[in-house]
Amino acid sequence: MFKRTKLYKTFILITVFLVVGFTFAGIGCVDKSTEDASNVSEGTGVKQSIIVKGSDTVLPLSQAEAEDFMLKNADKSITVIGGGSGVGIAALIDGEVEIAMASRSMKDSEIEEAKQKGINPVETTIGWDGIAVVVNPENPVSQLTFTQLKAIYDGNISNWKDVGGEDRKITVISRDSSSGTYEYFKEEVLLKSEYRQDALVQPATGAIVQEVAQNKGAIGYIGYAYVDNSVKALALDGGEGIFVPATQEKILSGEYPLARQLFYYTNGEPHGLVKEFVDYVMSAEGQSIVSEVGYFPAIQ
Amino acid sequence: MTTGHYREKVIESLLYLSGVTAVIILFLICIFLFKDGLALFQKYPLVEFLTGTKWYPTSEPHQFGLLPLLFGSMIVTFGAIVLSVPLGIVVAIYISELAGAKEAEVLKPLIEILAGIPSVVYGFFGLVVLVPLLQNTFDLPTGQNALAGSIMLGIMALPTIISISEDAISSVPRAIKEGSLALGSTEWQTINKVIIPAALSGISAAVMLGIGRAIGETMTVLMVTGNTAVIPGFPEGLFAPVRTMTATVALEMGEVPQGSEHFYALFAIGSVLFITTFITNIIAEYIKRKYRFNLGSGQ
Repeated sequence: MFKRTKLYKTFILITVFLVVGFTFAGIGCVDKSTEDASNVSEGTGVKQSIIVKGSDTVLPLSQAEAEDFMLKNADKSITVIGGGSGVGIAALIDGEVEIAMASRSMKDSEIEEAKQKGINPVETTIGWDGIAVVVNPENPVSQLTFTQLKAIYDGNISNWKDVGGEDRKITVISRDSSSGTYEYFKEEVLLKSEYRQDALVQPATGAIVQEVAQNKGAIGYIGYAYVDNSVKALALDGGEGIFVPATQEKILSGEYPLARQLFYYTNGEPHGLVKEFVDYVMSAEGQSIVSEVGYFPAIQ
Repeated sequence: MTTGHYREKVIESLLYLSGVTAVIILFLICIFLFKDGLALFQKYPLVEFLTGTKWYPTSEPHQFGLLPLLFGSMIVTFGAIVLSVPLGIVVAIYISELAGAKEAEVLKPLIEILAGIPSVVYGFFGLVVLVPLLQNTFDLPTGQNALAGSIMLGIMALPTIISISEDAISSVPRAIKEGSLALGSTEWQTINKVIIPAALSGISAAVMLGIGRAIGETMTVLMVTGNTAVIPGFPEGLFAPVRTMTATVALEMGEVPQGSEHFYALFAIGSVLFITTFITNIIAEYIKRKYRFNLGSGQ
């Protein structure tokens, strides 16, 4: 009896090891062969699947574009991954992805690194986004100049009464440093000086909206597509002496001071499936998706 | 006979191999972590890293000051322990000494469920429910602060503290307890003066493991503490936003270009974190062993 259970146990153990072993071996094989098959269509040598990675701002747009594109081209596959502009650009430099999405231009240091690795980044503007500066709807302040905004974000102004509001401490909210919006805001508003040390840092735009919606003293910056009734977008004066409200018309006309381009970066001029996809995004159809998602078309 | 022996050997070596693999993986992680962490100090002075009070990783020149993050982790963990240890010990006493068998059978698995909730769920709950509540209750500029992190981490550390303390308390020999009662002590006196002192080292081990759990937690603190890299005051810093070491790595890992100083700085933080939890676990293990020995001599 004892011996039989022992044999049985042995049998189970060996089976388990064999199954596990073969599974892993199997995974390796299958992966490799399907990859080869799906990446390259017969004869032409053109990739049939690409990866698009980067900015969380561009992410919902690229997802919508990719879905539509794949609906029309059932044999082609486009994988869209977020993570932040820097992440996407780093992946493009490392040759891991075909397209990097970015909500900021590539930095000189990144272009240099790319060149060193034999990657030639080419920029395509696929749309425009407006950055809205938002406060709690109960906050009486409804407009700020860039000078005031800078002072709030670099730590020189800490109370709403200094910018015409109530006597209340300002809770300054920023994104984390992997966000393209973080860099963009730093360049445009802070003029490259530092964010104040005591600013709250939120890992996602949704978290900024959540905090501003329930905190009367909070101020934050978010992509225009994220503005809803729970927050109030401020009118801004970029130095021209006029306060411009954050509306679609003003962003499209270029009057609103915090409007930026959204980019696709490719290695060299797009070709093959990358070109097909970029061309689709730039087509009238693709550009109408840009508006649907809440951004503004690159071609007007 | 020989085939049986052979089979035995094969199984033994397979099991050995699995064990060794785990250890090798641990060592590889260590080497990788420390190698990349130490790489920072070729360009950035170690002293400035350890004593710097500012964390500005993406500006020129970089400032990688560990102190705000270290103190951030410490204050959140401190708060978590202050909240969870008394509660955890009381629950452990109740389960092992006062609750009926049926009641304990229901309570224990329920507490274990607390440990099974994903940390992002805790974080979400904290962000949506606790943060506004704290802000309104204490009239603070923001509810995203160290206290919010402490409360959430305290809840998360509870299962560890309760189950290990409970083990320690229930393994106090019956004879000691009965002896105390026989001498005319009340139940409270027995618990307070006899059982808790006897189980103290086990309870301390539970506290250390709870600390280890709290220091390493990432997602929840990232979501509720506000992530402001300033050195918190004490104790008023509990009501101010802080940033922990774990949250910093999680927040910034995405953007960082491989091989940059910032990249290595995050690994250096990782190393500090690793050393901290390692020491905490060793202390816990040491206390635990001591307590087992005491118990042996007690019986």
